[in-house]
Parts: sequence; structure tokens; C-alpha cells
Amino acid sequence: MGGTEADIDDFGGAFTLQRADFQALLDALSKLGYDIIAPTMKDGAIVYGAIRAVEELPIGWTDDQGPGRYRLSKRLDGALFGYAVGPHSWKKYLHPPERELWRAKRNGNAVTFKTKPPDKQKRAFLGVRACEIAAIDIQSRVFVDDLYSDESYETRRRNTMVIAVNCSSPAETCFCTSMDTGPAVSGGYDLLITEVVEENAHVFVMKAASNAGQAVLAQLPLKTASPADVASSRAVIRGAEQAISRTMDTEGLRELLQENPEHPQWDDVASRCLSCTNCTAVCPTCFCTTVADHTGLSGEESRRLQTWDSCFSGAFSELSGGSVRQSTKSRYRQWMTHKLSTWIDQFGASGCVGCGRCIAWCPVGIDITAEVTSLRAKPKKEA
Amino acid sequence: MDASPDIVGATATTPASYTVVNKRWEFNGTATLHLARACEKDSWSPAAPGQFAMLYALGVGEAAISFSGLPETPGRYVVTVRRAGAISDALTRLKRGDGLGLRGPFGVGWPLDSVKNKDVVVVAGGLGLAPLRPIIEYLAHDRGVANSVSVLYGARSPDAILFERDLSRWRNDAGMNVRVTVDAAASAWRGDVGLVTTLIPEIEFRPKNSVALICGPEIMMRFAAEAMEDAGLPQKAIWLSMERNMKCAVGFCGHCQFGSYFICKNGPIFSYDRIRDTLLVREL
Repeated sequence: MGGTEADIDDFGGAFTLQRADFQALLDALSKLGYDIIAPTMKDGAIVYGAIRAVEELPIGWTDDQGPGRYRLSKRLDGALFGYAVGPHSWKKYLHPPERELWRAKRNGNAVTFKTKPPDKQKRAFLGVRACEIAAIDIQSRVFVDDLYSDESYETRRRNTMVIAVNCSSPAETCFCTSMDTGPAVSGGYDLLITEVVEENAHVFVMKAASNAGQAVLAQLPLKTASPADVASSRAVIRGAEQAISRTMDTEGLRELLQENPEHPQWDDVASRCLSCTNCTAVCPTCFCTTVADHTGLSGEESRRLQTWDSCFSGAFSELSGGSVRQSTKSRYRQWMTHKLSTWIDQFGASGCVGCGRCIAWCPVGIDITAEVTSLRAKPKKEA
Repeated sequence: MDASPDIVGATATTPASYTVVNKRWEFNGTATLHLARACEKDSWSPAAPGQFAMLYALGVGEAAISFSGLPETPGRYVVTVRRAGAISDALTRLKRGDGLGLRGPFGVGWPLDSVKNKDVVVVAGGLGLAPLRPIIEYLAHDRGVANSVSVLYGARSPDAILFERDLSRWRNDAGMNVRVTVDAAASAWRGDVGLVTTLIPEIEFRPKNSVALICGPEIMMRFAAEAMEDAGLPQKAIWLSMERNMKCAVGFCGHCQFGSYFICKNGPIFSYDRIRDTLLVREL
């Protein structure tokens, strides 16, 4: 299980930053050339966007989530990171929703191609949760560590600093403990922050795990973390663990899904699923894309754009004879079987990190953990 | 935006410029194109029989097309395209001298190591003969490789028979047992009429020492694979060329998934034992 006392990164070598000095972290990142991407409030949700000032964080806000439900509400304290995850994930930056792949042009009879150089902007992701670090790792397995490597993704990933924040306020939809991805951050970061909000103290216990992270810490007015700060940090993590009640039984799940493509539960979920693609858009690991040519009126020049796609769309499985997956049943089955089962065959790990986004953002509240429970029930005899 | 200059040159995801240097209509709507690399600086690698390329028609789009011929000349490929949609229509309309984009070769081809000393049974349906042509040519060229070669080919009608000259050459010069059947024909047709699977019991092969190579519509491949299994071939000796919606060809876009496999990088050629159960599930 993630986040037990033993495998929480120890807090040896940790420092403490006062709340009053938090702006210094943002200033240091800017000075070092990073665009800072962090949680912000927009349209009634906590989403990721560029910030420069600490006031742009959702200070004192939290999220209230459930199947098909997401609401913001005020906290009783002034925590900077007192919420779980919203509809955005960091894939928005590492694997952008729209990207130009290349441009084609007619030169005489020939068709020639050119591409833009990879985006080398340095970005600091501030407020990355343990489940999201797992999601970034999963997408890197698709785009970097597989048969082919996507230079564009690899360059953006390489120029990204991950500033993780241990989760203090999981949502009702969270089940990272079942997926072994959290809530405690246990690697994959440059800087790790644990926010401690107590009656008379508001501090950030910080730790660097890379040279880039060290370089940032070197700019900050830090004190060595006191034993009390460390104890408080551990309490934050333990509190988060205890706050997670949702579970998904992953034992034998890979086999269960592959052996039950005709389980009646697929018809049941299809009767509720709208095939709206929300779950794939909010999922931090869903990576599928399509391409479209944008051609000028002359027909002599064309831009090829890659955009996020979803296995819930009809065109996704199109062949010359029509779509392979015509029914919602087959599309939901593809999505869930891929996520929890065939993903393991393809990339050596589950495609689910337990962040709960697909549960909260499903307009009809389909709950993937409940679907697993139903699939585990013996198929009922058909009437 | 970054002021760095644009990058010119092909990669796995950016096409290389190619030119149509020869074109032959096989029959109405189906053309074979000989392609030559337009820019010497772009890399070229020889394709293996059964591999495919992504062909790009300017302003229309890309389609996955298997190689139907493998010239030894560096920078050259041969493909056969059937008009089935906007992209393949644009590709078949290309004339000698026209430019297009090409990415590839991609995928895993036919099992060249597994055909040695075997009775090779090739079963093709319609345009499915095109991806098989390179391995048939290989077997025709090195006649000692296989013990025997049968080519069973089913076409829609006598005027939709692909590679007619090759078929006679394989029969008459390479000593292959070539059988052609059509779905329907006028009385002038003196050959077989009926599904290609009906030819299987009529040919001779040693079931335990045979390899079946199958390409055609999925339903035809399923029946052909079942027939070869019924004839005594182990599932591992039966090979199929699968098709799904391939867009990126490098395992990034997710479209061509078939159970645990990406057709583009794990296939398109699979042994039957790996995909049999998946083939039986509708809409997978």
C-alpha cells in the first residue's frame, strides 16, 4: 500500500518555509526561468493555470466531490492546497489537447514537410499529488519508454519541474490507496511540500530530490525542519490515508475483465453511459489522439493537428466498412478493460491511478469502483 | 513562440516526400503505385513482407497501406491501393510524377523464419492478396525455402482479380499450386466459383508441417483460420494480417487497439493463437 509509515520518504534533510515567505518560492521559480503552473480557481472549479502570485492559488477553498458531483466550498482555514484534484490534469501541459504535428506544402509536383522544433519552455508544476505523479509516469511509459519515443512529449517532460504536495484533503471519490499510488508522495518529484496548517502555525515542510529542486531551495528563506514540523507532516499524511474510504479490489482484475467481455454488467452500464467522453477527457492517463488536416483554400498547404480523442466516439474505431465499436456497451467495455486490464499487458502497470476524476465528472455518476464490484458478481442468468 | 527554425526531414511521425514513378491500374478503382524517395537525405529502410506504410495525400489525409512489392533499390516501395474512401480515392488518383508523403515501414511482418521447409498455404481474399504478394515473391524467388506453396485466392468477380500476370507466373514458373475462385461470374468464367475456404480441402499439405498465411476481410480470415485448424494445423502455424483504424502507426494514438495489442506495432501480422479469442468477441 502506498503511504504507509515505512515507505513515506523520510523527512531527513527537510526544511521549513513559513506561509509568509511562500511568495519567495514563486519568485525563485520565475527567476530561474520557469513558467509556474498551479491550481487556480476558474468557472467554479480548481483547474491548472499559469500563476505568479500566491494569491492566485485557491486559498481557503476545498472541493466537495461525489459521483457526478463537484462543488467548491470554503475551508475554515487558509490552506493553499486544501483540496483534491479537479477536472484538469497535468497532461494538459505534457500532452496538449491540440498540437501541430507538421505542415505540408506542394512545391511543384512534390509534397514537402516541416515540423516545429520541440517546445523547450521550462515549466514548474506546483501542487502535483501522488496520484498525478503516477499518472505522469504512466503516460511517459506510452510516449517515451515504448517502441517509439515522442520527442515532443519527452522534451516537455524533461523541462518540467515537479513540485509535489502531499495530499491533505482527499475527496470522497479518491481511491489511490487501492491503486497503490498515494496519498503520500514517494518519488518522481524535484521538490516535495507538505503543508501544515495548525492553530498557531502555517508552514511548508520541503524536501528536494534533484539538483533542480536544490537550486530552488537555495533561493528560499528556510529553516531546518523541527521534529515538531516533521511530526505534523506525518500527521497530515496519516490523516489523508484515513480520510480515504473508497476502495477498488484489484486482485485478479486484469484476468476478470479479459475473461468477461460478455458479462451482462456491460449492458447495464451501457444503459446509463451517455458516451459523452468526459471520463477520457478528465482521466490523467488517457492518451488517445486523432489527427485532422487543416488545408488552405488553395489546397496547396496543409497543417496537421493532433487533438485528444476518446474511445467513446464513433469515429474512433472506424474502418472502411464502418465503426468496429457501434454500441455504447462496446465503447465502455473498451475503455474500462483497457484502463484496468490490457494496459497492464501493454505498459506493465494499470492505467488507473485512483484519482476519482471519472467518477466526479461523469454526468450520470458512473462509478468505476462500483462497476468493478458488479463485474465481480457472478453473471446473472439471462431472463 | 520559439524562434528556432523549422525542422525539415522525415521522422516516424513526420512523412518523407515521395514521388509516384510508375502507376498501373489493376482494375477499376485499384491501382499499384511505384514510389521513389524525393529527398536523398530522408532515411529509407527496406520493408519486410507484411509491413505497411502511412501514405499521405496532400490536404486529404493519411491511410495505412501494406507494401505489395519490395524493390531492392534503396528509396523505392510498391503499394497497391483500393479506392474505398476519400484518402484512398486521392491516392489512386495520383499520376506519375505526383508527390505524396510516406511514413514507415511499420509493424511486424509475415514469419519468414517459419516457412522454411514447410508446406505454405496462402489464403487471400480480395485486396488481401496485396500484403501477401511480397512473401509469395520471396518464396517464388527462393524456391528451395518452402517444401511446397499453395496460393488460394478469392476475388469478387473475374474482372476484380489482382496481379493476374503474377498469378500465372507463380503457377507456371514457380511451380506453386495457384487456385483462384470468384464469388460470382458470368458463364465465360471457366474457373472456380465460391468462397476461398472451399478450396482448402482440395489442396495437399502436411498438416503438421504446414504454415498458413491469411489476409482478407476479417470474416473471411476467421473462417479460413478455422478451416486450417480443422485441417490439422496448430494455431501457432496460422498467421493473419489484421486491420484496425491505424492513425499514428507508432503506438501513440490508441486507435488500433485489439484487446491487449496495438495492431500497428504488435502486428499487423499475428499468429492465430494470440488473437483467436479476441476475434470471436463482437465489437472488440
